[in-house]
Formats: sequence, C-alpha cells, structure tokens
Amino acid sequence: MASAPGNAPAISQNGEPLEPRLQVAPGPHLSSTGLSTQRLMIDVLIALVPVLGMAFYLFRWFALLQVGICVVSCLVTEAVASSWRGSKPTLGDASAVVTGLILGLSLPWSAPWYVGVVASVVAIGFGKAVFGGLGQNIFNPAMVGRAFVMISFASSLGATAYVRPEAALEILTQATPLTAAKELSGSVPGLWALFVGNANGSLGETSVLACLVGGLYLCLRRSAVWQIPVSMIASAAVVAGIANLLMPETPFTVLHHLVSGALVFAAFFIATDPVTSPLTTRGQVIFGAGLGALVVAIRLFSNYPEGVVFAVLLMNAVVPLINRVTIPKPLGGLPAEA
Amino acid sequence: MPVREPAPLERFLNGILPENPVYRQLLGLCPTLAVTAAMKPAMTMVAATAFVLICSNLITSLIRHLLKPHLRILVFTLTIATFVTIADRTLAAFAYPMSKLLGPYVPLIIVNCMIISRCEVCASKQGPKAALADAVGVSLGFLLALASVATVREILGNGSWFGIQLVPESFPTLILMILPPGAFLALGSLLGLFTWLGRRRKQRASEPETESA
Repeated sequence: MASAPGNAPAISQNGEPLEPRLQVAPGPHLSSTGLSTQRLMIDVLIALVPVLGMAFYLFRWFALLQVGICVVSCLVTEAVASSWRGSKPTLGDASAVVTGLILGLSLPWSAPWYVGVVASVVAIGFGKAVFGGLGQNIFNPAMVGRAFVMISFASSLGATAYVRPEAALEILTQATPLTAAKELSGSVPGLWALFVGNANGSLGETSVLACLVGGLYLCLRRSAVWQIPVSMIASAAVVAGIANLLMPETPFTVLHHLVSGALVFAAFFIATDPVTSPLTTRGQVIFGAGLGALVVAIRLFSNYPEGVVFAVLLMNAVVPLINRVTIPKPLGGLPAEA
Repeated sequence: MPVREPAPLERFLNGILPENPVYRQLLGLCPTLAVTAAMKPAMTMVAATAFVLICSNLITSLIRHLLKPHLRILVFTLTIATFVTIADRTLAAFAYPMSKLLGPYVPLIIVNCMIISRCEVCASKQGPKAALADAVGVSLGFLLALASVATVREILGNGSWFGIQLVPESFPTLILMILPPGAFLALGSLLGLFTWLGRRRKQRASEPETESA
C-alpha cells in the first residue's frame, strides 16, 4: 500500500501543487449490476433444491416441517430486527431465507418445533442483527443458531435424538454413521449408501450426491468460490488419512469420513458464505484447509460425533487474521512490511 | 483545581442509574459475568461487595487528609483487601456451601475496579456522609445490574428464580444461558437495552413538548 495521506494532493513547500491535479477514483469503473446479493442468494436457493428434495425423499414431511419452521422464524426475526434498527426491510435479498434453509437442513428430523424457532431467532438476532445486519457479521448466522441449540437442547440434538427404533422409515432405526463410528458399535453403512444418502443424519447432510450437484451449480455460476470446498475436502481427506494410517484396524476409512456427516454439505453451502469467508484466494484455501482439518480432528478427538458447527465458528473467528496475512501485493507495489 | 463536589443525595442517586457501575461505567464486569448463573450466588456476591464498598469508602473518606498522592492506590487496595478478607472468612464460616460455590470470586473483589474507582472519585475527596451515600447508591446500582443479569439467566437457563421452580421440570430450558456464553449474551443484550432506554430518556428530556417515537 502506498502511504498517501488521504486525498490531499502533494504540495511543495511554497504551497503550490507539484503536479497537475487529476481526478483519481478507485476502480472498478465498470461494474456489473447482475451480481447482486439477491441473485447470489437465489443461486444458493436453486442449489439447495436437490438437497431439499433428497431430504424430503428420506424424511418425508418431517423435513419440510423442520425447514419451514426455520425459514418462517428467520424471516420474522429479520423483519423485527430491521424494523428495530429503523432500516428499510431487508427481506427482499432472500438472505434470511438462505439462513433459515441451511439451519433447517442442519437439524435432525426429530427436533421439536421450538428448537428450530430458538435456533432461528439466535441465528438472525445474535448471529447477524447485533453486528449490524447482512455483511457485518463475523460468524455464520446459521451455525451460531445451530451451536446455541446444540448446547442448550442436548437431549433433542444429541446422537440418540436421531434414532427411533419404532420408526416406519428404515434409516431412522439406525444410528447415524458418525455415531456408529464414534462408538465402534453398530454397522457402518456401505460407501455407496452414504454417498447417495441412504443413511440417518441431519436433514441436509445425508446425501453427498445432492450436495455435490447443488455445489457444482454454485461453483459453475461463480456464486461460490471453488477453492474453499476443494481445499476443505482435501484437507479433511489428508487428516483422516493420517488417522487411518495410525489406526489401520478401524472400519471407518478416509472415504467414509468424506461421505458421511455434514462435511460436503458444509463445504459447499456453509463455508462458502461470502460474508464470513476470507477475501483473497490464498486466504480461502487456508480457510478451507483449516476447516477440513478441524472437522476431522473434532470427529476423532472430541465427545461430539460431528465437528462442522464448531469448526466453522472457529475458522470464522480467524478470518480477519487470514485476511490480514494474505493481503495480495500489487504488481510493482512496495514489498509488504514484515 | 476546584471542582464542585456533588452533594450526598446526588451521589446516592447517581450511583443507582445515571452512573450505574455496570451498565454505565462497565466496571465490575468479572462478577457480573461469573456469578450470575443464578440469583442466590449473585445476591451473595452483591452483599459481599456492598459490605466491602461501604466500609472501605468510609475508612478512605476518614483518612483522606493523610493520603499521599503517590501512595493512594496502595492504601485503597490495602483497605479494600482488609474488608474482603473479613467478608471472605465470614462467608466461609457461616455459609460454607455458598463460599465454595463462589470460589475465587469473593477474594477477587479486591481487584473490582468499581470499588477502587469509588475510593478515587468520591471517598478520597469528600467527607464520610457523601462517601457513605455514594457507596450505598453504587451498591444499589450493582444490585440492580447483577439482579437483572441473574434473573434473565436463571429463568431462561433453569426455569427458576431464587431456586424456586417457575416452569415444570419437563419444560425445555436454554442450558446455554447458565453456561459462560450465556453470561455474555445476557449482559450484552441488557447493556443494549439500558443504553437504548437511557438514550430515549435523554431525547424525551431534550424535547419535552414534541412526542417522538
């Protein structure tokens, strides 16, 4: 960065301008009006359609009910928050809908109605509105809400909440794959079943296939950067691979780690949130790598079977540092001060 | 330079809301966050702090002419430490479980900036009457702050108030609110609320004729 003090033109000792004054404005001078917040959010909504469809196929009306509760509560909270702030309503940019959808898809089918409501109020209220609204928040709002209810209602969101032995749907009678891996009990489903999504779990996370379809759409539309999901999944694979080498007898291989739990869902839909991820490409790679490593580390070493929520919140917290470390050097610019 | 020293009554009233130690001056945040998971420990903490504050304010005020400027903070701290030791040992003797529950937070009253600030601002400059009024007012302000935070946290987090169950046991409660993050959420929200109320009152006062929203 050149150290020009503000907009003051260079002035010599006798008070006359050294150089002819030109009107200099920072770029970009041409900008596309196409890439609005609303378009971005609508892209995310389109990308979530296969995930939502798969959730509906697996969990039937439970899925739509849960997601509906979250979306409606998020919209109401957003409306209330923006009216308190005295700003114009911000429902039109659909960001609250996206938060509600992602939050709903991250909850188990069995969670009671108040879990979704509390999670949504906390997500929009404490995750976003207290920081000043969209674009100002440090943490991913949906994950703030998810973490709040995860700790508050441990019995409704713990590993046992997913399982109903008497349920009519077959997948609901089994433990989630990650819980099975954690307790080394029960059978771990086959890789193909996990990939397609024929397994128990939170609403949106079961089908890696659906997440990949939606995620590819997002990346091709450039509504999400591809570096974050790629580096996240790659680093998760590396860490899981090291764990596998150290413990070769475990039935839970690297591929199992990649296709179970919310890793892929988070990689494409949660980590790529443009507000809470780094600005630079190098930073995005670091961010994704940290996420993947943390997710697998929490899975392996903590009491929780899945680590996406805490991994995302932890990495969100270091995004400002990553941004500072990875400031790109302009061509011909001064060397960065150490 | 001579500054007009507020009268005892003004000191008393200022301490409660206009210069509330927690909501206005952001002092004494450590106990506000640490012991407000329920009303009982919060009120015990308020009682201990009030005792220390009133006694040390009085003593400081009585010896204010003997204070040397470069040694005053040391004298304040020693005075406060004396009364904190008395409070701590009294609690341990007569309310052992509560003393156990509060743990290090009673000895930590020594470093509660709220008390040192009262010694510095009021007691070292004014007579015992003003110092006493000031200490009681600030204690009431501290009581208000801790009671509000603890009420929010205990009701939301445990469904009870002062240990009395308000909702059925099966009712879902926000356990996070009685954990450390809940302290920050509750304090932050209440701080916002009090700031907003204060600002609104100031607006109302500045334009008494026109009713503004």
